[in-house]
Amino acid sequence: MTIAYLALLTAMLTTATPLVLAALGEVITERAGILNLGIEGTMYVGAFTGFLGAELFGSAWWGLLIAIVAGVLAGLLMAVLTVTLGVNQHVAGIGTTLLLIAACDFTSRLKYGGGTLPQIPKFGQLFADVPVASQFLLTYVTFLVIVPAAWYALRATGMGLKLGAVGENPEAADAAGISVARVRYAALAIGGALMAMGGAFLSLAMLGSFTLNITNGRGWVAIALVIFARWRVWPAVAGGLLFAAVDALQLQLVVTPEFAAVPREVMIALPYLVVIIALAVSGRNLRYPGAYLQPYRRT
Amino acid sequence: MRAGLLPESRHTRRRPRFTRGLVVTSVAAAAALVLAACGGTTGSTTTSSSSSDSGSSSSGGSASGESSSGGPSTGASTDKPLVYGVFATPLEEPWDGAVHQALQAAADAGEIVYKHTDNNDSDDKMTRTLTDLLTNEKPAIVFGDAFSSEDAIRAVAKDYPKVQFAFGSGNDPVDPNFSTFDNWLQDPAYLAGMLAGGVTKSNTIGVVAAMPIPEVDRIVNAFIKGVAETNSKATVKVTFINSFFDPTTAKQAALAQVAQGADVLFAERDGVIEAAKEKNLPVIGMMVDQKSQAPKNVMTSLVWNMRPTVEEVLKEFKAGTLHSQNLGQYSYMKNGGSSLAPINTDIPGGIPQALIDKVTAKQKAIMDGTFTTPIDEKAPAGSTTVGQ
Repeated sequence: MTIAYLALLTAMLTTATPLVLAALGEVITERAGILNLGIEGTMYVGAFTGFLGAELFGSAWWGLLIAIVAGVLAGLLMAVLTVTLGVNQHVAGIGTTLLLIAACDFTSRLKYGGGTLPQIPKFGQLFADVPVASQFLLTYVTFLVIVPAAWYALRATGMGLKLGAVGENPEAADAAGISVARVRYAALAIGGALMAMGGAFLSLAMLGSFTLNITNGRGWVAIALVIFARWRVWPAVAGGLLFAAVDALQLQLVVTPEFAAVPREVMIALPYLVVIIALAVSGRNLRYPGAYLQPYRRT
Repeated sequence: MRAGLLPESRHTRRRPRFTRGLVVTSVAAAAALVLAACGGTTGSTTTSSSSSDSGSSSSGGSASGESSSGGPSTGASTDKPLVYGVFATPLEEPWDGAVHQALQAAADAGEIVYKHTDNNDSDDKMTRTLTDLLTNEKPAIVFGDAFSSEDAIRAVAKDYPKVQFAFGSGNDPVDPNFSTFDNWLQDPAYLAGMLAGGVTKSNTIGVVAAMPIPEVDRIVNAFIKGVAETNSKATVKVTFINSFFDPTTAKQAALAQVAQGADVLFAERDGVIEAAKEKNLPVIGMMVDQKSQAPKNVMTSLVWNMRPTVEEVLKEFKAGTLHSQNLGQYSYMKNGGSSLAPINTDIPGGIPQALIDKVTAKQKAIMDGTFTTPIDEKAPAGSTTVGQ
């Protein structure tokens, strides 16, 4: 069999980057007790505002910065709905996703009139000709800085402990003098920033442009990864890498003569099948965060 | 004290709930407004918003003036026919974009009043949109793409026999009023295949295409036959991404083909050129000349020109002879409906002049009718070695 393993690893890291960023964002918000189904819309906003920023200011860095700001705002919108107003989190999240995607498409149509969108300054690749190492800077930042930092922050800092306390037992946290609302607002803002970075990776690194439906369900995959990972950082990263590896593998297998007999629909479905199987195997006896889906009200 | 506290606590409890209700309502109202505005742009919900939107933002200046002053019966009362574009995908998708541009050009030239609605992505939405605009705006001709809602659109057309329909479709036309067209790009695809076969050094060529449906299959198969003409040892790898528009997936698919040895790519779908740029490989574009996306990599593009199709429909409409027919031939190369974009030799490895001469000669043969590109609508395999 002729699989190019180095190219497979390269593709795995690239494809996994937006998934891992979004999944990390979701781990943080869900640990605080908020299921953020606005994730798909937040990624979309990140992709679009990143594109807009890069086009307006002529630099991918500006695009990234603006995408992060937009992600924070999207997180805060979820916070207003679910923390301040105590709206049902499923409804608020899906509503946020629908609203944000529609708003981006609307703005894009107003500004670009429905044609092909322009090319923007995009991030280049580091170590362009070295196998596996030739990745976008954001991929390096994600795996070498953001992931370890998130793991450390959640595990060993006061901030992380407060987050866990608020998500597990908000009454006790409140009694201990922690502002439940403030922690949840912060979690949603940081989570939103990470999700938007994941989206911005698609427009600012992978494509160098924006297209409608650019996220194509990656946010929903990230939600599955978070449950698969049981709200832990490293398993979420592993899950993202697994999904991306199977995706990269099927893209190679589908053009090898040895696998001609396998229907291509099965190949395309393969990464999703793997996630579903992984969820079915690991998803038994799940212990959700104690205050999952529950708005907190002082009584 | 106690009596004083109780009402107050009830009061403080109630106020936030009231404020909450108010905020929820206003956020919901704002959201509804944004969504409604968006629905108006895509024009898929109500006729009034879609007409005002397409009038102001998309139709040409003179055309929009006419359409807004004329009211619902514009199509019947003015000398210019009202032509509607009813698209299943967003306009940003290149296939529908090509139809839209041709109609827009006709409107800019003052031949028609043009309005459009897009993103009618289900049978139900398509039926509602069509019925709505046919009843309220009475267009003379409706253009669109029927691939994802063939039965639904044909059912509506049957109910409005006085309106002429011209839809992109893989099926046959229906009397008296349903014509079909398609992007018959097999000619430029064959020529592009000849180029690809001639420039590949690894004898491996990658094609990233949408999905195995007749209109895509015949382009890819013609491309493979073109490769065979200039390179008898070549292998063509074909990946279907199962979407008409998913550039990030298309890019990853192209990179996987490069990993499998491909050193020339054919971007049947958007996203592949980005991969070619990253790997500095020659690539062939699609639908429009995509050279500007990567001037040092795009060696040519298959170009679809819908103008001849639109012109033929309008000519027959004016003459009063418009009837159901297969308009496919107006997308053929020899009728000006498709072409190969100017060949760009400034690509990695360059292009030998002998190869260009060969392609030019074949193009002449297509134009004068001495060569007809074979049409094969069977799904190509993931990996085809042309000599076998």
